[in-house]
Formats: sequence, structure tokens, C-alpha cells
Amino acid sequence: MTARHGTTAPRPPQLLRLGGVTVRFGASGRPALDAVDLDVAAHEIVCVLGPSGSGKSTLLRVVAGLQQADAGQVLLEGRNQAGVPTHRRGVGLMFQDHQLFPQRDVAGNVAFGLRMRGSSRTHQERTVAGLLDLVGLPGAQRRAVASLSGGEQQRVALARALAPSPRLLMLDEPLGQLDRGLRERLVVELRRLFHELGTTVLAVTHDQGEAFALADRVVVMQDGRIAQTGTPLEVWQRPATEFVARFLGFDNVVEATVQGEAAATPWGKVPVPDGTPDGPCRLLVRPAGVRLTSAAEGLPATVAARTFRGTHVALLLQPAGGPQVEAACALRDAPETGERVGIAFAAPDVVVLDAADG
Amino acid sequence: MAVPFAFFALFFAYPVVAIVGRGLKNGAQWQLGRFGDVVTDPDVVHVLWFTVWQAAASTGLTLLIALPGAYAFARFDFPGKQLLRAVVAVPFVLPTVVVGSAFLALLGRGGLLDDLWGIRLDTSVWAILLAHVFFNYAVVVRTVGGLWGQLDPRQEEAARVLGAGRFAAWRRVTLPALAPAVAAAALMVFLFTFTSFGVVQILGGPTFSTLEVEIYRQTADFLDLPTAAVLTLIQFAAVLGVLALHAWTVRRRESALRLVDAARTARRPHGRGQWALLWGTLLVIAVLLIAPLAVLVERSFAGPDGYGTVFYASLRSAATADSTFAVAPLDALWNSLAYGAAATAIALVVGGLAAAALTLPRLRRGRSGRIPLVSRLVRGFDALLMLPLGVSAVTVGFGFLITLDRPPLDLRASWWLVPLAQALVGVPFVVRTMLPVLRAVDGRLREAAAVLGASPWRVWREVDLPLVRRALLIAAGFAFAVSLGEFGATVFIARPDQPTLPVAVARLLGRAGELNYGQAMALSTILMVVCAGALLLLERARTDHSGEF
Repeated sequence: MTARHGTTAPRPPQLLRLGGVTVRFGASGRPALDAVDLDVAAHEIVCVLGPSGSGKSTLLRVVAGLQQADAGQVLLEGRNQAGVPTHRRGVGLMFQDHQLFPQRDVAGNVAFGLRMRGSSRTHQERTVAGLLDLVGLPGAQRRAVASLSGGEQQRVALARALAPSPRLLMLDEPLGQLDRGLRERLVVELRRLFHELGTTVLAVTHDQGEAFALADRVVVMQDGRIAQTGTPLEVWQRPATEFVARFLGFDNVVEATVQGEAAATPWGKVPVPDGTPDGPCRLLVRPAGVRLTSAAEGLPATVAARTFRGTHVALLLQPAGGPQVEAACALRDAPETGERVGIAFAAPDVVVLDAADG
Repeated sequence: MAVPFAFFALFFAYPVVAIVGRGLKNGAQWQLGRFGDVVTDPDVVHVLWFTVWQAAASTGLTLLIALPGAYAFARFDFPGKQLLRAVVAVPFVLPTVVVGSAFLALLGRGGLLDDLWGIRLDTSVWAILLAHVFFNYAVVVRTVGGLWGQLDPRQEEAARVLGAGRFAAWRRVTLPALAPAVAAAALMVFLFTFTSFGVVQILGGPTFSTLEVEIYRQTADFLDLPTAAVLTLIQFAAVLGVLALHAWTVRRRESALRLVDAARTARRPHGRGQWALLWGTLLVIAVLLIAPLAVLVERSFAGPDGYGTVFYASLRSAATADSTFAVAPLDALWNSLAYGAAATAIALVVGGLAAAALTLPRLRRGRSGRIPLVSRLVRGFDALLMLPLGVSAVTVGFGFLITLDRPPLDLRASWWLVPLAQALVGVPFVVRTMLPVLRAVDGRLREAAAVLGASPWRVWREVDLPLVRRALLIAAGFAFAVSLGEFGATVFIARPDQPTLPVAVARLLGRAGELNYGQAMALSTILMVVCAGALLLLERARTDHSGEF
């Protein structure tokens, strides 16, 4: 399986390159993909993250050739894929709900892609056995697809997509239908597996936890456009726009006017990172940057709600003026609902967002 | 797409248009005045009126008798249910000629009731109506009962919990869900009885005549083509109307219903009322469906010297009571089987291609919900495929004779003429059986195969074909049974020395003499056994909702 990274001609820098890809459904209305540019390097795991309807799945379908782009190009290893039918593109796609062939058993499903390429029966059998070992289902060849649990179907679908050694493996909501515990375990397994095999992966998901755990690089999409690209850490620490911030679950966003080392907000003065230019902007304070003080010191507020989150308690605070503030605090220190507290903000957790955003 | 289209253009539209044109044209002049003459002719008005009211009465009677049966089959679990379901469906694929002779044997002169009580119904309209019920009982039980069995009983239970009485719950919840299916079934029954030919031809005598019978008489007996053409057009218009209504109700039926596995909703009947309903249904089936067939079989064995196989034995020789029968009647069986096999093959190819074309992914509704023009045309074609069921088979048969008799298509002497005509009737059944299954194939399964490297042709072979194999078998069986029983067109184009079974039966019935009558019964029995055999084979392969029939 790993033998395919040959050392022949110098490989083009990008395995997949999308240039200005646009897709419209219907004559009018907002495009599903709006001039999307995206590069994926060989052996890289890229995860496209976005709410439903943001065009993620359409992106995969365009690369697979299942959906015609209205404008723009798809290049695989430097070759333009216009006019190349799906079955000749040599990519793999794992569908959201697996789409295993119901009339075939597990081995029949996994070997399907190899059969289409006309490989020998012994090669098929060897590959199937190897892959089933790899995904943790050894000896499941003769089992009926209908008898598999959700997690097992998931593994069979993965093995089926990997079998023909696609140059690019695409995953559509790979873990979407599984329960939480299984999902967290599988995501770690998948990442290890892809790194071992050297697979190039383009995945889409609406689950940020999944994206951050799986990806080398995260691409956040909004309404058919790319809102931000970066490593999981970059995106998490510095969301570029208010949309990205809110999509990641950060709700402490306010109007602000920066002047020097602080900004004027409805919550009063909030310190900003060094080098922030003066002028109006939108400001995010991550909950970790909201400190509780005594009611006399900071911004006075009432505890409106508290939610137990396992490792910490999420607090919803209602200041005298301005919108509610979300805060995270340790279990021991959490105040009761209705208690009066004070709020202080810490500069390292304050992020200035791009103004150009709805 | 092109193949089925060409097939229909050449072997359906062209002959029908040609014969209608010949009837209405005098030289190069259209004679639309004929319309007025024909439509105001009191005899024609009488036929029209009779056609409409007997169809309406037959439909009403069928619904009245078959709806309780549909309920019993949907909701009750009883031993032998599977077998009985198959038995109920047998009459539907029986040739009309056999149905006619079966009722003749039951109700006609020298029939069972005549022997026992001196009752004869063959000259009354009741014989026709009962034969139509016999014929279409399965249509209602299958279309309505099939859906009824899949309706989630918990919907009705939810209504009961919310305070609705048993009847109110049924009326407010179940009936609205069933209504489109009932309407669709009623329209199908109306269509079949409106164009009824064999049954009325045999049971109607000189008194009763439907449009189809009248077309046959005008064409074959009086050679009055203009009148026949006008009658054909009238029937065509009526059928178009009924089909449009049918398409509309079918689309309404596609509305979202909560469907469950039918096997889970059936219970053993409990309480006096439910047992009475079940026994009532079984009684109706015994009297109305099984008795005529049983009598038919009985008559075929009742020779002049007591029971025996005299009639069957005599089928093997051409020397019958008179010598106009050119071949041994039994040869008709082999003719029928060969024609049926060929017609099935044609119907499968044409119908299969049409069904596949109708499910092409690009014809589905786009995300914007608009249907492109091409798709709308194709949907129209969908409805057109049903037309051969309603257009006068007599017209088609005669049209074949006058259009396909000169180069480049000189088929008059060709053996293929008969199977081609029979395939026309088989295609709608193939399409109706295949379409729901093909539509139910998840498009993303095909995409999954394509991504794994399967070319479009491989996708079809690897994904679609295995999933529709069962439906394909069923479609083949229907097409085979239907072409075995086809009468209206075949009677025109079958060569005198190569009659099919129904044609031979009709010829025998048309003659006097005990031997001829007995032979007709014997041949009908053979035909019935072949058809029923084909159907029972299918029933084993059938799933509960693999088609609309």
C-alpha cells in the first residue's frame, strides 16, 4: 500500500489545486461555490469546516467530477480535469452515509475498486485482507453489509475507499453518524492511519472538534467562500472574522473603538494586543480571557446561567450595560446563579476581527 | 431513449394514425363531417352510453366488493394468505377470452346455473359486470391493499389517543392517506372496463356492445372505416382524459406517507366482526373468482360420455367437426408460447430502456425545484407509455395490416408481426414494474461506484442490474402473461394457420356443436394453467411493493 510514493519525476508542488471554482444551482441566486481557490499538498490532511449549506460537499463533488463546475479549474497533479469523467480521476470519496453496496458482502464492497481496475483475484484478496486488518475488522470478508453496526460500516467504507490507492482521498462528514465516544476514538485512529500510509486527504465536516483533531490544515467556509485557512491552532487562537469566531462557538463579540492599548466597548475599556491599529473594529474576547473579580472591582454583572461542562463551568454573565458575556471558570470557583460578580478582561485572549464581514 | 421512442412511433403511432387517416380522408380531402354523422347516429350514441355506464358500474361494483378484501389482505394474518394473494391475481392476467368462456360456462346456456336452476345471465348485463369484477378484483386489492398494509397503524392509534372514535380515526387518518390509491385503482379499473373487448364480445351477444367491440364490428364486419376511425378517436380522447387523471392521482400518491413493513402491520383477526369480514372475503373470492374457473375446468372434462379427456385428446388433430380449422388446435399452444417469448423479449428491451431513460439522473428535479423542459417532455413520454393499454387493440391490429405491408417495412408475411403487436401491450407493464424500483435506487450508490472507477456501463451492470433483477423477472412474467392473452390485435394479424390460444378459443366458440364448445373449454383451461403457472412463479420472486400492479 505504501509503495506508491514513487521517487520518479519531481512531483508538482500541489497535488490538488482549485482555481476560481464556481458552482451555481439554478439560474439565479447565491452560488454554492463562489470562486474558491484551494491547494492541497501531497501527504497533507486538509479539513474543510463549515455549517451545512456552506458548499463543503459541493466542493468534494466537483473534485470527484460528480458535479460540473460553472467556472474555474480543478487540477490534479498539475493536470486539468475538465472533461475527465469521474471513474478516470483516480480519487477516492467516502460518502457521508457510506453508500455500501447492499447486495455485496464486505469483501465484495472493499474489492470493488480493484475489480474495476482489473487487478488479479489474488491481489484483490490480499489487499482486502490487509485493509480489513488495518481498519480493525479482520476476517469480516463474508459478512453481509446489513449486519454491520454504524461504526463497522464506517470502517468498511474507509477500506473500500482506500483499496484502489487513490492519489487523493476525500471524506464527506466521515464520522457524522457515529456516537461521540466512537467518534473521538476513530478520529485519532484515522489521523495515525493516514500519516502511516502517507495518504493525501481532503475531508469536510461541520464538527470543529473533528476538524481540529484530524487536520494538518483547516479551511473554514462560509456561503460558498473560504473565510479562513490555517493550522488548527491558528484558527482556534486567531479567528479571522466574526463568522469564524461565532462558528467556533465564541459569542463574546462587540463593537469597539481602539485607542492605544485599550478599546472602548459597551463593556467599558478592554485591553487589546500590542500593535493593534487605532479605529473602529469588532472585538472577540475568548471565554478563557474573562476573569471574575469581586463585584466592587471589575465590570459589575449578575450570573444569568451556569452550565456544567465536565472540566469547567461555563457562565453566562449579564453586565449592567452591553450584551451578555460568556466566561469559563474552574469548578471550585464557580459562583451561583444570581450572584453578583465583577468582570476583568485579559489582553492575550482578546482578538481583533476583520471588519469586512457580515 | 431513442429505441423506445422509435418503437412507439413505428409500431404504435404510425399504424394508428394511418388507419384513422384512411378512415377520415377521402382522397386528399379531410372529411370531418363524418364526425357529426357518427356522433349523432342513435346506434353509436347507444354504444357510447352503454360503454360509459357499464364501465362506471363495473368500477363501482369492483370497489364495493374488493375494498373489504383489500382491508382483509392488508391487516389480517391468516394461514394460506400468500397462496391466496397469488390466486386472486390470476384472473387479472387471464386472457379476456378465457374469462368470457368461464362466465359462459357458469352463467350461459347449458351453464352450471342453467343446469341447476334454469338461471341464465349471459344475455343480461350482469354477466358482463360480474366478469369485470372478476377481472379487476386484483387491481384494487393490490394497489389499495398494498398501500394499506404499509400504512403505520400507529397513526390511527395516535388519533385514537387524541380522542377520535374507531370510525372517526379511520375517516380522518386512514382514508385521506388511502384516497389517492383508491382513486388510482378506480381509474385503472375504469380504463380496463371502458376498453373491454373479449369479455363483451363473448358475453354481450348482439344486445350489448362497447366502443371497442363496435370498432371491431365496423372494421371487420362492415368494413366501414370512417365510422371506425371516428369511434377510435372518441375512445382515444376518453382514454387520454382518464390517463391524465391517473397520472395526477399517482403523483399525489407520492406525497410523503409514513410507510412501514407490511409484515408488521398484519395481525390475526380477533372479535366477531373481524372474523366475519375475513370469512366474507374468502366467500367472495370462492364464489366470484374461483367458481368460474372451476366450472371452466369442469366443462372441459365433461365429455359426451361422462367425464374424460375426450376434448383434450381431440385437440391434437386438425380434423374437427368441420374442416375449416387448418391446424390442430393444440398447435396454438406452441404458437402462443413462441409468440409470447418473443413479445416478452421485445417488451423487456423497449420497456427497460424506457424505464432507464426515465430515471436518468439529469432528469431529476434540480435543487432549485424547477423541471427543465427536456424533463417535462420525458415525463410526458412516461404517460404516453400507458396509452397502448387504452387505445383500441383492434385499431392497432388493423393499422398493422394496412401500414406494415409495403417496403421498406413489409412485415405482413413476417412471423414478427404478432409479437411486435403483443409487446406494445406488454411495455406499459414492464415500465410500471421497473420504474418504482429504479427510482428507489439511491443515486449516490451509482456515484460511489463511479468514484471507485466504474464506467457508466459498469455502474449500470454492477449497481442497477443486481438491484432490479427481481423486478425484471416480475416484469417479464407480466409481459409474458399479457401477450399470451392478447386478443384484440392478434385476432387481426395472426395468420389463419398460426392462431394463438385466445384466437383459437374464440374461433371454436364462434361455432356450433358440442365438440367445439368442449374444445374451447379445454383450450381455455390450458391457457389458464399456463398463465397461472407463470404468475405463481412470479409470486415467489415478488416483494410487496415492487410495482403498481
